[in-house]
Amino acid sequence: MKTTMLAVAGLTIMAGCAATTQLTENERQTRAEAMLKAGFSKGNKAMAERVVQQDETQALCSKYPESVPEAIASRIQESQQATIRYPASGNLMGDWRQGEKIAQDGWGMRFTDMGSPNRPMGGNCYACHQLAPDELSYGTLGPSLYQFGKARGYTDEVRRYVYGKVYNAKATNACSNMPRFGHNGILTEQQIKDVVALLMDPASPVNR
Amino acid sequence: MADPMKIRATVAGDATEVKVLMSHEMETGQRKDAQGKTIPAWFIQSVTAAWNGKTVLSAQWGPAISKNPFLSFKFEGGAKGDKVKVTWIDNKGETRTDEATIG
Amino acid sequence: MSSTMRAAVAAVVLACTAPIVLAQGSTEKGIEQYRQALKEGNPAELWEARGEDLWKRKRGPKNVSLEQCDLGQGPGVVRGAYAHLPRYFADTDKVQDAESRLVTCMVTLQGFKEEDAKKNPFSAPGRHSDMEALTSYVAAESKGMKLNAPLAHPKEREAFELGDYLFHRRAGPHDYSCSTCHAESGKRIRLQELPALTDPGEAQKVFTTWPAYRVSQGSVRTMQHRLYDCYWQMRHPQLDFASDTATALMVYMAKFANGGEVHAPALKR
Repeated sequence: MKTTMLAVAGLTIMAGCAATTQLTENERQTRAEAMLKAGFSKGNKAMAERVVQQDETQALCSKYPESVPEAIASRIQESQQATIRYPASGNLMGDWRQGEKIAQDGWGMRFTDMGSPNRPMGGNCYACHQLAPDELSYGTLGPSLYQFGKARGYTDEVRRYVYGKVYNAKATNACSNMPRFGHNGILTEQQIKDVVALLMDPASPVNR
Repeated sequence: MADPMKIRATVAGDATEVKVLMSHEMETGQRKDAQGKTIPAWFIQSVTAAWNGKTVLSAQWGPAISKNPFLSFKFEGGAKGDKVKVTWIDNKGETRTDEATIG
Repeated sequence: MSSTMRAAVAAVVLACTAPIVLAQGSTEKGIEQYRQALKEGNPAELWEARGEDLWKRKRGPKNVSLEQCDLGQGPGVVRGAYAHLPRYFADTDKVQDAESRLVTCMVTLQGFKEEDAKKNPFSAPGRHSDMEALTSYVAAESKGMKLNAPLAHPKEREAFELGDYLFHRRAGPHDYSCSTCHAESGKRIRLQELPALTDPGEAQKVFTTWPAYRVSQGSVRTMQHRLYDCYWQMRHPQLDFASDTATALMVYMAKFANGGEVHAPALKR
C-alpha cells in the first residue's frame, strides 16, 4: 500500500473546534446508547438485546479505549479468570486437524448465520494470527503463533495457558481484542481442545 | 433492456484506443443461490466493434469473464469525430449496441 | 470466493497485465498491483451514469426530478456537495450524510414515502439500487476536491461526540468495536489491510474512496453499506439504513479524513 501523505493544512482548525466537549459524559452515554438501540429496529431482536446490553467487561473496556487503569484491569482479569471451565477429564489436547479447520472457519453469530443453528461455529483464528506456515492469508491484529508450542515447550502449564486464553482472553489481558470463545459460547469445549492441539501438538503444522 | 455501455475512444498516435464498460451479470451457471439451486448461466457470448461501419474487433466470450466487464483494445486508424460502435449479444439472445465518437 | 477469483482473473486478462505472483513478504505489493490493474476501467462509472440519469429524470408521485435537491450547497448544486458531507441541515434539523439527504429529497421533492425511499439501499444480483447509483453520481461530482465536512454547528459537534463513543463501544458475543480493527496502523484481517481511522493520514486516504465498486460483490457499495457490513462482521444486528448511528460514525470519521481528496467512487476488492 502506498503511504502517500496528503496535506493536512486546514485540519488543525477543524480539530480545534471538535475538541470542545459540549455533552457531559452521562449525556453522551445516554444519547449514544439510545441512538444505537434505535438503529437496530429491523434486526434480530435477541441479537440486538445482546449488543445493546454490554457486560461489565465490555462497558469498562469501552470506557478506557486507550489503556485501562491498572486497578480496573486486575478486577476484570479476576472476574474473567473465574469464568474459565477446564475439561473435567483434565485432557486439554484435541485433534490439531480439527483445530486447523476451526482456525480457518469464520462462520457463526452474524445476522446471516442464524438459519443453521446446528452448524458448529468457527474460531476464525487466521483472521488475526499467523499459524501454520502454508496459510499465507493470515491477519496481523494478533501476534504470530507460528511455532507456538515448539518455542514455549510442550508442557502442561503452556497447554493450560492456551486453553484459558482461548476460553476467555480477558482473564490474562483485561481488554484484549480477542473474543472470549468459551465464555461467550462461540466454541465448545471439544473445539477449544482442538485449537489447543493446533498450537501445542508437536505434529501440528504450526510447530513444523 | 440492458443498461447502456460506457465507451471512450481516443486517438493515440496511428491507432485508436477504445475502452468499454458493459453492464452485465455474467453468471457462470456454476453458482448456487441461498436455497442451493443452480443459478442459470447468463453471459455475453459475442462482442463486436465497428469503426465507421467496418468491423475492427470480434470476440467470443464465455462465463470466465467478470461481472460488469471492462474491455480495452486498440485498432489502427481512426480520427477524431469518427464513430465507434460496440455490440454485445448474450446467451439469452439479449443484445445491446452503443456508439461513441472518437475524441 | 469463487466470484472474487473469477473477477480477478477476468480483469487481469482484460487489462492485458502480467500475471500477479503473490510471494510471501510482498503480499501487499501484489495486492496493490492487482488494484492498479483494475483501476483502468472502474465499473462504478456505470453507476455514475445511471445515477445522473435518475437525478434528472422526473419520478415519484409528484413526477419531478431531483434537480432542485439541496445537498448543502444550495438547491440543485451537486458539484462539490459530497466533499462537504455529512453536515447539519436546518430544514430537517439533523446532521445528514449524502444518502440520508437523498432520502429527504426523494420525500420532499418527489413525494415518495420515506419507507419507499429507504426500501432498497443496497443492490443484490439482478436488482439495482437507485440509492447506490444516485450516491455514485453525487460523489463523483466531488472528485478531486478536498473533503471538508463541517464541525461548526452544535449538532455536528454532538454527532462527533456520539460517534466517538460508538466507535469505541465494545459489545456483542465477540466484544468487538469499530476500534478493534481500526485503531492501529499496519494491521490486517487475513490479507485485507485495516486503516486506522483515527489517523488523519490513513483516514484521508480511505474515507474519501466511498462509494466504491467492490469487485468481490460485483457492485458499488456506499458508506452506509460499509458500516452495515462492519456491524455484520462485528456480530451486531443489521444497522438500519440512514440511521443516526451511521451518521454519527461518519461525522466522527470525517473529522480525521478532512483534508483528503475525494476519489469516490473508487475500486476495491
